[in-house]
Amino acid sequence: MSLELQHPAVAPQRLSHQFEQIDQQNDSYIVGMWTFLVTEIMFFGALFVALTVYRSVYPDAFEQAHNALNVWLGLTNTFILLTSSFTAAMAVRSKMLGQRALTLVFLGFTILCAFGFLGVKYVEYSAEFREHHFPGPNFQWSQTVSSAPAQGDLAANSQVALGAPKVGVNEFPASYQPQQLELHKRELFFSLYFVMTGLHAFHVIIGICTLSTLWLLIYFKHPVVDDYMPVELAGLYWHFVDIVWIFLYPLVYLIGKQ
Amino acid sequence: MSSIPLNPGAIGTGGRTRARENYLNIKHTVSSWLLTADHKRIAVLYMISISVMFLFGGVAAAGIRIALVRPHDTFFSSETYNKLFSAHGIIMVFFFLVPSIPATLGNFLLPIMIGARDLAFPRLNLLSWYLYMFGAVLVMGAIMFGGIDTGWTFYEPYSSVYSNTNVVAVIVGVFIAGFSSIATGINFLVTVHKMRAPGLTWFRLPLFVWAMYATSIIIVLGTPVVAITLLMVVLERVFGVCVFNPACGGDPILFEHLFWFYSHPAVYIMILPSMGIISEVIACFARKRIFGYEFVAFSSMAIALLGFLVWGHHMFVTGESMYSGMVFSLITFLIAVPSAIKVFNWSATLYKGNVWLTSPLIFAIGFILLFTIGGLTGLFLASLAVDVHLNMTYFVVAHFHYVMVGGAIFGYMAGLHFWWPKITGRMYPEGWAMLSAFIMFIGFNLTFFPQFILGFDGMPRRYHFYPPEFQMWNILSSAGSSVLAVGMVIPGIYFLWSLKYGAFAPNNPWGAKGLEWTIQSPPPSHNFDTVPIVTEDAYAYEAIYAAELAGDYSHVEAPIPYLSTTDKQVSVESPASPNSSEERK
Repeated sequence: MSLELQHPAVAPQRLSHQFEQIDQQNDSYIVGMWTFLVTEIMFFGALFVALTVYRSVYPDAFEQAHNALNVWLGLTNTFILLTSSFTAAMAVRSKMLGQRALTLVFLGFTILCAFGFLGVKYVEYSAEFREHHFPGPNFQWSQTVSSAPAQGDLAANSQVALGAPKVGVNEFPASYQPQQLELHKRELFFSLYFVMTGLHAFHVIIGICTLSTLWLLIYFKHPVVDDYMPVELAGLYWHFVDIVWIFLYPLVYLIGKQ
Repeated sequence: MSSIPLNPGAIGTGGRTRARENYLNIKHTVSSWLLTADHKRIAVLYMISISVMFLFGGVAAAGIRIALVRPHDTFFSSETYNKLFSAHGIIMVFFFLVPSIPATLGNFLLPIMIGARDLAFPRLNLLSWYLYMFGAVLVMGAIMFGGIDTGWTFYEPYSSVYSNTNVVAVIVGVFIAGFSSIATGINFLVTVHKMRAPGLTWFRLPLFVWAMYATSIIIVLGTPVVAITLLMVVLERVFGVCVFNPACGGDPILFEHLFWFYSHPAVYIMILPSMGIISEVIACFARKRIFGYEFVAFSSMAIALLGFLVWGHHMFVTGESMYSGMVFSLITFLIAVPSAIKVFNWSATLYKGNVWLTSPLIFAIGFILLFTIGGLTGLFLASLAVDVHLNMTYFVVAHFHYVMVGGAIFGYMAGLHFWWPKITGRMYPEGWAMLSAFIMFIGFNLTFFPQFILGFDGMPRRYHFYPPEFQMWNILSSAGSSVLAVGMVIPGIYFLWSLKYGAFAPNNPWGAKGLEWTIQSPPPSHNFDTVPIVTEDAYAYEAIYAAELAGDYSHVEAPIPYLSTTDKQVSVESPASPNSSEERK
């Protein structure tokens, strides 16, 4: 990132007392942000590990369960996020070139995309709640389970007992009926689905807050955003949110049984 | 009596300079402390907080030792006993040991050691303290009002399904405190990378900085994993989602894998900073270059990286595959190599050194002895077959206390004594410090060595009752813990005493190398008037030693009357010489 793009007059004023040079300060921000993103990757990483482990243990149940997700809504969201990542990158570029109006347009479009993503997510979640796919005491499963039980999978060749009364949280399950187990394996998939997409959606909300704050600061010409660095950092964060989804979408929505 | 007007900045005193304004007395309001972005003040805030938490954890430990004096204890109910050892573990691990050295001495020293005016992100540093406090208050509240009985490991499915204690509040507190250490880790990594003074190359860094760097890598890579894992436990309890609960096909062993992926490296978060301190202290008091600087530096990095590959050794008896057990066992043996390199290099540094026996050095030697025992008994536990016998016994308890108390806390004490004059500007009573070092060493061994024998004889850990034949060793251990407590209370008293009555510390009481000793004690708010330029290695002690031999250099400079800045006019007690105030100008 070339600093010559900056207006030279603003540079000395925004140097914090602990830094010697503006290069050093900007480098520190970038390194700090990347390190933070590494921690975020580890944060999601544990969930990806859990998903991978359970998928390999219960391949059939997971395939059945993932068929209940709406691939097209997920695909729509992928397009929305990829577009928003593009506009976020453009916002950084226009900020570096000092094009204030364009920055506001691109940032605004990114924020709109983020809201669009959450809107689609709302539609998806609503459907899943209606079908009682949210894990917990009310979890139900109404689709036919696999007719060919695989090794290690105790699927019955019939309709699973629908919404069979679940064992209380604080007592040991009365019995490990095969059908009950099948139900639970799907519940496990949806637990991971809701935790992972929920955590991702939470990051989208944080992104909306960050980007909206930036938008307002730039709109009101606050001196903090004279510099392109805040937009750059928010852009990095937004790309991270995008990349998590790039992995999440195929792993949760697309991949079937191998 | 003469009075001189207060000038900001430094005033001359016969060849030396001593600025009257420092980070402690520059402002006195409460908000100047609670809203400070100065890394030194945040370090002091952390020091107070973790000392309070250490006290709570110590009280819980005392409760455990009281309960274990008798085979069938009636002093506590078994539920209370479970809550006591859980409280002890959670407080000591998450709220004392993990933040102990990085957040206090690391926060204070890291920027000064590399010639920076502050950490890269001072406000993030303050946020980290607030997160820590928020987590600590939440956890202490949960422990006071109800408690938690899962142990510090929160094993599934007990923690999510069966325990009827305040699991959610405690886990949320630990989760928040985790972000406080992540913030510290990010801050340190960026600071070491980007804020080093001119000339301070990587291989001129003090080994304490290397240790903090390695620690930060572990914090950054490990803490998020345990954070999300514990979050899933909370989600299981609150929303009934199932991730680890075996009742719905979940795998509690997966929880153990994810938990130990952080919590084994966390052991190195606790011990690596201590190792850094020991390197500083030993080089200083042996008046020698540290033996094999690069090896000590890289062994820290090796421990940090290998530490992520050994978590499976906590799970040898969980039905883990034999082959993965073998691999984990092998890597665990490998990690002994960098640890042994450090011990060897410290010994080699002391060998034929010009040893000056002071209390920091006594603590450091205590560290080497105890860490060696702790490390070698770790190899017993790393052996697959032996571990089957020793796992979940007091042998494990003794082993990790030798590493965490004998290692981490002795290192912390060594560092606290070494840098106390720099932090507070006061000297502590050396005789009492030596005495407390000896008492701690004896009390520690008396407490924990019997537990090796107990464990080897088969006494399981975490049980309230035990067969009567174990009573003798338990009484010895409990007796030792009271000696250890005395050894820890004495420093608390003389440190507090020294704040008011201690002699004024010169800039460099130990004749030590390092940028922190070139500035005044206590340091000014901005650390350095001009950015220092580093031209030599971290441990170039030859010049100091030669000067000492020639009698040119006195490591204890004459103390200078402390100039209080509470008033605008300050009095100097020098009634004899009317010129004294003139000299000061």
